[in-house]
Amino acid sequence: MNTTQTIENPLIQTIVSEDDPTRNRSLDELCENANQQTLLSHARDLDGFWRTEDNLYHRVRCLFFLAGIYRHHLPSSLINDAPGLIPFDSYRHLLDRRFIEAINSLLEEQSDKGPSDGLASALAHAYHQLAFQTLADQVRKSVRTVRGNQWMFRTGHPADHPLRLRQELLNQKDDSPLFPILSETTAVRMDFSHSGWSDIFFLGMDYPAGARVINASINLGVTGRDDQPQPPIECYLRVIDKPVLRLVSLDLKASADVTSIEEVFDFARDYLGLLKAAVIAAGIVPPGIEGCGQSMESLLERVIGRPGLGLEIVSKVNDIPKGSRLAVSTNLLGSLISMCMRATGQVSSLDGRLNEAERRVIAARAILGEWIGGSGGGWQDSGGVWPGIKLIEGATATEDDPEHGISRGRLLPQHKVFSLEEISADTRQKLQDSLILVHGGMAQNVGPILEMVTEKYLLRSPVEWEARQEAIQILDQIVVALNRGDIKAVGRLTHQNFFGPLQKIIPWCTNLFTNSLATQCEEKYGEQFWGFWMLGGMAGGGMGFIFEPSVKKEAQSWLQKVMVETKRQMETRLPFAMDPVVYDFEINDRGSWGAFDHDHSMRMPDAYYTMMVPTWLKQPSHELSVASRFELEQLGTDYRNNGSSGTFQKLIESVLPGRRSTREKTESLDALLTRMGFDHELHHQIRTDLKSGRYGMAQNRLPLTTSIADVKQDDLTDARMGLSESANATGEAAIRAGKVGVVTLAAGVGSRWTQGAGVVKGLHPFCQLSGSYRSFIETHLAKSRKVASTFGASIPHVITTGYMTHQPIADHLQHVGNYGYAGSDIALSPGRYVGLRMIPMIRDLQFAWEEMPQQKLDEQQEKMRESLRSALIGWATGMGEGGDYRDNLPMQCLHPVGHWYEFPNMLRNGLLKQLLDDRPQLQYLMLHNIDTLGANIDAGLLGHHIQSGKCLNFEVITRRLDDRGGGLARVNGRPRLLEGLAMPREKDEFGLSYYNSMTTWIDIDQLLTVFGLSRSDLADEQKVEQAVRDLSQRMPTYITIKDVKKRWGHGQEDVFPVSQFEKLWSDMSALDDVSTGFVVVPIWRGQQLKEQAQLDGWLTDGSADYVNSLCEWG
Amino acid sequence: MSIRRAVVTAAAPDQKSLPLQNLVDQQGEPKTALQLIADEAVGAGVEEICVVVCPGEAANYEKAAGEHANRLTFIEQDNPRGYGDALYRARDFVGDNSFLHLVSDHVYISQRDEGCAEQLVNVANAESCAVSGVQATRENLLPYFGAIGGRLTGQRSGLYEVSKVLEKPTPTLAEQELTVAGLRASHYLCLSGMHVLTPSVMELLGKMIQNLGPGETIQLSSALDELAKREKYLAMEIKGRRYNIGVKYGLLKSQMALALSGKDRDEVLTEMLDLVAAQPESNAPVGNGR
Repeated sequence: MNTTQTIENPLIQTIVSEDDPTRNRSLDELCENANQQTLLSHARDLDGFWRTEDNLYHRVRCLFFLAGIYRHHLPSSLINDAPGLIPFDSYRHLLDRRFIEAINSLLEEQSDKGPSDGLASALAHAYHQLAFQTLADQVRKSVRTVRGNQWMFRTGHPADHPLRLRQELLNQKDDSPLFPILSETTAVRMDFSHSGWSDIFFLGMDYPAGARVINASINLGVTGRDDQPQPPIECYLRVIDKPVLRLVSLDLKASADVTSIEEVFDFARDYLGLLKAAVIAAGIVPPGIEGCGQSMESLLERVIGRPGLGLEIVSKVNDIPKGSRLAVSTNLLGSLISMCMRATGQVSSLDGRLNEAERRVIAARAILGEWIGGSGGGWQDSGGVWPGIKLIEGATATEDDPEHGISRGRLLPQHKVFSLEEISADTRQKLQDSLILVHGGMAQNVGPILEMVTEKYLLRSPVEWEARQEAIQILDQIVVALNRGDIKAVGRLTHQNFFGPLQKIIPWCTNLFTNSLATQCEEKYGEQFWGFWMLGGMAGGGMGFIFEPSVKKEAQSWLQKVMVETKRQMETRLPFAMDPVVYDFEINDRGSWGAFDHDHSMRMPDAYYTMMVPTWLKQPSHELSVASRFELEQLGTDYRNNGSSGTFQKLIESVLPGRRSTREKTESLDALLTRMGFDHELHHQIRTDLKSGRYGMAQNRLPLTTSIADVKQDDLTDARMGLSESANATGEAAIRAGKVGVVTLAAGVGSRWTQGAGVVKGLHPFCQLSGSYRSFIETHLAKSRKVASTFGASIPHVITTGYMTHQPIADHLQHVGNYGYAGSDIALSPGRYVGLRMIPMIRDLQFAWEEMPQQKLDEQQEKMRESLRSALIGWATGMGEGGDYRDNLPMQCLHPVGHWYEFPNMLRNGLLKQLLDDRPQLQYLMLHNIDTLGANIDAGLLGHHIQSGKCLNFEVITRRLDDRGGGLARVNGRPRLLEGLAMPREKDEFGLSYYNSMTTWIDIDQLLTVFGLSRSDLADEQKVEQAVRDLSQRMPTYITIKDVKKRWGHGQEDVFPVSQFEKLWSDMSALDDVSTGFVVVPIWRGQQLKEQAQLDGWLTDGSADYVNSLCEWG
Repeated sequence: MSIRRAVVTAAAPDQKSLPLQNLVDQQGEPKTALQLIADEAVGAGVEEICVVVCPGEAANYEKAAGEHANRLTFIEQDNPRGYGDALYRARDFVGDNSFLHLVSDHVYISQRDEGCAEQLVNVANAESCAVSGVQATRENLLPYFGAIGGRLTGQRSGLYEVSKVLEKPTPTLAEQELTVAGLRASHYLCLSGMHVLTPSVMELLGKMIQNLGPGETIQLSSALDELAKREKYLAMEIKGRRYNIGVKYGLLKSQMALALSGKDRDEVLTEMLDLVAAQPESNAPVGNGR
C-alpha cells in the first residue's frame, strides 16, 4: 500500500503503532525543531498515507496531523516570506465541501509557486474539515447499520410500511369520539464526573477505554415555583379523527397538521423539528420514505389500519430553558421515540418501564434523530431514558458490530446501572441534600468546544492528553467516593476536575461569570462549600454547587440572589439569555415511563388546552372535528363544575388576551431614535433608494469593467522585518513629545463574536492573560500604558462608542477605575449617527444566499438551511420588503452606520476639539479595530508615517484563508483598499496578496483639510456638520444583511436577516485628495479575532503570548 | 416418526366461512377450501383429521368436506382464547403422537411432484423432530405472520435450525432477533401455516394456557419459541407457494394460482386476456364513477 519510505516516517509510525506509548506520541513532540524542509516532507508522506489507508482512525489522525503541521508548525517559517495567493477554485471547493479537490488544487499551487503562509492556512482548514467530515460520515454509517435501524432506510413507500399501530390505541369508550391517550414521562441526565467530553461519538469510537462517564437521571423543579421535582419531559400520543399527523409542542407554542410526507422532512419550517425527527427516528415516517411523494393520509391508513384517522403527538418540557446542560432535547427526543415505539409495538409494553434492549434501540434512534435534525450531542445524552445512576462506557467493537475493522470502539456505549449496594439509598439522599443545581442564565453554543476537544484528543496533544488521563482517574475516585457515601469528596473531586484537567483541555469551558460565582461561594461559605460541578459541555448555563447539607437551604436562596446580581454586573459583557434560576432535583429511579389510558380517564395536559382551544374557537363549528367539539364540550362541563381552578384561569387568559399591545415598544423605539439624533430624512432617502433598487447588495459592487489587480511592491512598505533606525528615532521622539494618540473603535457590539447576542464585544472577558480574564478594551489600554511608561509619555486613548455600547463601556470603565489608566488620558467618543434596520428586499436576500459564496453545509444541515430560507423569504414578504424593522427590542431595531462615521463623530461630539485644546502638540492618531489585538503605538511605524508625510497610512497583512472581505488592490491602476462588498467579481479578492487590518495612522491636520476644516473650525458646529455631510456624500453606501436575534420564551432565539446600510473607513483610500500609504505588518500585529472559535488557535500559536508581551496590566 | 393425524384450525370467528368457499382445483374439479386442505393432508399420508371449529359450525364443515367427511373429527372451541388454545383443544385427538397441523384459510400449491405437506412430513420423518413450513417474506408483510430466527443446518438446502419464534414481530425486533444468513436483504422466514409438531407443543400450550390471565389469549408462536429452546426444531422452506384466502382478493388470487398451475391454464389465460382487452380504457380503475 505505502512505500517503504512512507512507512519509515515517524509520524506515520505513530499513527499505525499498536504500542500505546508510540501511538500516543504527540504531533508537537514529533515536529519539535523540524525545519521547513522536514515539515514539508512529513506533509508529503502523510498526504500519501491517508489517501490509501482504510482504517478510519488512522486516516482521521493523519488528517489532523496534516492540519496541525499547516496550522501550527509551518507558518512560523513562512510569515515573513512573499505572500502567496489562495486559488479561487480551491476556495470554491472548500465552500462546496469538496475538500479533497480543494486539497489537490492547493497542493498543486504549493508545488508550482512554493509554500506560503496563505496556502498553509487554506490547507490546514481543508485537512481539518475533511477529518471532521470523515468522522461524521462514519457516525452516520454506524447509526444506519445498527440492527433495528436498518429497515427504516429501505422502507420507501407507505405500501411497504411494516409497522402497525397497537390496537389498544383504537379502543373507544361508549359513545365518545376520543381515542385513549398514551403518555411517556422521562427524566433528564446529569453527568457526575464530567466525562472530559469523552462521550463525543468520535472519541468513544477512537478510544473506548477512555470514554467513561457517570450519569444520573434526575427529576427537576424550579425552587419556589414547583411543589416537588418531576420528570421534566412529558409526551402524549393518541389517534385522532382526522387523517393528519398533528404535532404539538407546548413549550414552543407551535402546532401543525402535517398532510404530506415531505413536510415531515422539512425541519426548519416551524418549531416542530424535534418532533419531526422523533417521528422519523421512531420509524412511523421512516427515513427511507423521504421523497416518495405520497400523502400522509396513505401512510397513516397503512400504519393505523383504518382510513380517515390520524395521530397526534404532543411534547411538553416543564419550563427547562435552553442551555441547561442537562441534555433536555436529546431526552425529549428519546422520550418521544420511546412513546412512538410503544405505540407501534416496537417496545413490548404500553405501560411502565423499558427493558435494556429497548433502551439501547431508543438511544440509537435518538442519535439517528439528532443526525436527521442536524444537531449532535454525546452518547451519554439519552441517559434520562435509563433509571438511576449509571456508568456509561465506550465498548470495543467486536466481530458482530458494524464498526469492527473500522474503529476500535462501537458507536453505542454500554450502560451499567449502579445497584443500591453500589451506591446506597442513603448516599443518593445525601447527594440530594448537598447539591444545588442552577441555570446560570447563559445560553452558549457548545459546538466549537466539541470540535476543539476532538482535534486535541486525536492529535494526542501532550497537555490535553495528560489532563484527559487525570480526568479518567478522577472519575474512578468519584465512583469510590459514591461507593463510600462521601459526598464531600465528590464535591472536592468535581471541583478539582473543573479547575484542573477540564480547563487544561479547554480553557473556554469556564468564564468570568462562573469563576466569580465559585469564588463568591468559597468566600461566603469557606469549608462548607464542598465544590463546583460542571455539567455538559461548558459552564455558565446548567451548573452544580455542592454545600454541606446544613447550609444547603440557605445557600440555595443566597445563590439565587448572588447569581442575579452577578449577572446584572456582567450582562453587557457576557451573553445571557435569561435570569438565573435554582432547581430542586431528585434522582429518577424509573427511567422513561409509559402510561396508557386503559380506562379512558386521561386528559391532555392543561397547557394543551390553553394552546389549542383558541384555535378551535376560531374555526367555524362545522369545520371542527367531532373529537375537538367533544373536547370543547367536556371542558365546558368541567368549567361549570370547577370554573375557578387555575387550569380555567389560564384557559380564559389564552382565549381572552390582555391588552398589552406592542405600542409601548414602538413608542420607546421612537423615543430612542429621537434621543439618538436619528436622521429621518437620511433614512427616508436610503429606504426609498433601497426599494427602488438604486441601493442593494448587487449595487454595492463596482462595475464589471473596473480593473482590479494586485499591488506592486513599490505601492507599499514592508515593515515585517522592522523599519529603519531613523523611522524608529522619529517615532520615539514623537511619542515622547506627546504627538500621538490612539483611537479604538468600539461603537459596534461585534455581533459575529457572540452571534448577535447584543453583548459589548469590547468588554467581553475573552481570555485569561497573565492570570486574569481580560477584555478587549483592557488589553488595548494595557498596550498604551506600556508604550507610555516605556517612553515616559502621556498617550491619550480614545474609545469610540455607539448607541449600544456607550453606557455599558462608560459604566464599566468607571467600575474598574479605567483599569488604572490615567483619567485624563482616556476619553469616550459617543456616536452621533444611528440607523433604523429595514426588512430586507427579497432580491437582496437572494443575492446574499445565491450570489455570494456560501459555505455548503453537511447534507442534513443544508436541508435545514434551505427550508429556513424559504421561511425567511415568506417572513420578509409578509412584513413588507424595505419596511422599517420594528418587531424586536428597540435596541435590536437600530444599527450602527459604519466606521467611516467614527472620525466625524469625534468632530461632531467635540472630542477632537477638546483633545486638541488640551494637547495642542497632538498631531497623529492610530485608529484601530477592537479586535486587532496586536496593534499598538509602534515607534517604527509611527516614525514611518511621519516621514512619509501622508495623510493616512493603512496597515495590511499577508492574506490567510479567513481574511475575507476586501484587500489592498490597484483599482483602475490606483492602489487603494477595496471592500469585499465592492469587488465586481468574487474571485477578484483572490488575486490580492494583502488584507486590510484597518489599523490606520492619521495625520490629524491633513485629515481635517480633507474635510475642509482646520483646528480653529472645530468650534463651529454648523460648519463641522456641513463638512461631514459633504464628505459623506462622496463615500459609497453599502447595503448589508445582518442576522439579528429575537429572543422569546425561555431562552429561545430566532435569527432574522435584516437590511442596514454602512459607510466604511477604508474607502477614504479611494479619495483622490487623500494621500495614502500602505505598510505590511507582521501577522501577529495585524490579525483580528472575529469569532470565539478562533480563540483556541490564537492561544496556542503564540499570538496570545505576543499580545501579552505588548501589555502592562494595571 | 409416523404422521397419521392432522389438526386443522378453523375456529377464528371472523374466518369461519373461509374453508367453506368454493374453488376449482388444478384438475378442474370444484372443491371447497376445506377439501383442498384435506387433500393436502391426505397426500402427506394422514389418515385422520381433526378440525377445530366455532360452536355450531361442525355440520356445515362436514358437508363441505366431501369425500373426506369420514376422516374428519370436529371439536368445537367454546370460550376461545386464541390460536394456541384452538390447537390445544385437539390434544386428546393427537395423544402422544406427532401430528401435521394446517390452518384452514390457506391454499398450498407445490412446485414439486410431492405436495407441500408431504415435503414437510418427509423431512420430519427423516429428522425425527418438529418442522414448520416457512417462506422467505419481505419485511412489509411482517404484521401478518409469525416469523422465525435460526441458521441453515447445512444438511439440505432450505432447512433451518430454529432458535427463535416471534408472532407478528416489528421490523425493529425482527432485525435484532430474526436475521437469517443467506436470505435476501429485508426478508425474513415467516411461518406458512403448516407444521409437523411433536406432543411437547401440546404440553407447552397447556402450561401457557394455565398461566393466562383473564382476557388474555395465546398464540402458537409462543409455544413454538419455547419448543425451540427445549428440543430440536427445524424450519423448512417448502418448494411451493401458499395463498391466504382470508385477505382482500385472497380467494381470487388463490383461484388464479390454482387455475394457472392446472390443466385449464390455457383456457383461463385466454379468458383473462379477453377481460383485459374488453376494458374500454386500459388504465381506468373500476368504480370511480366513469
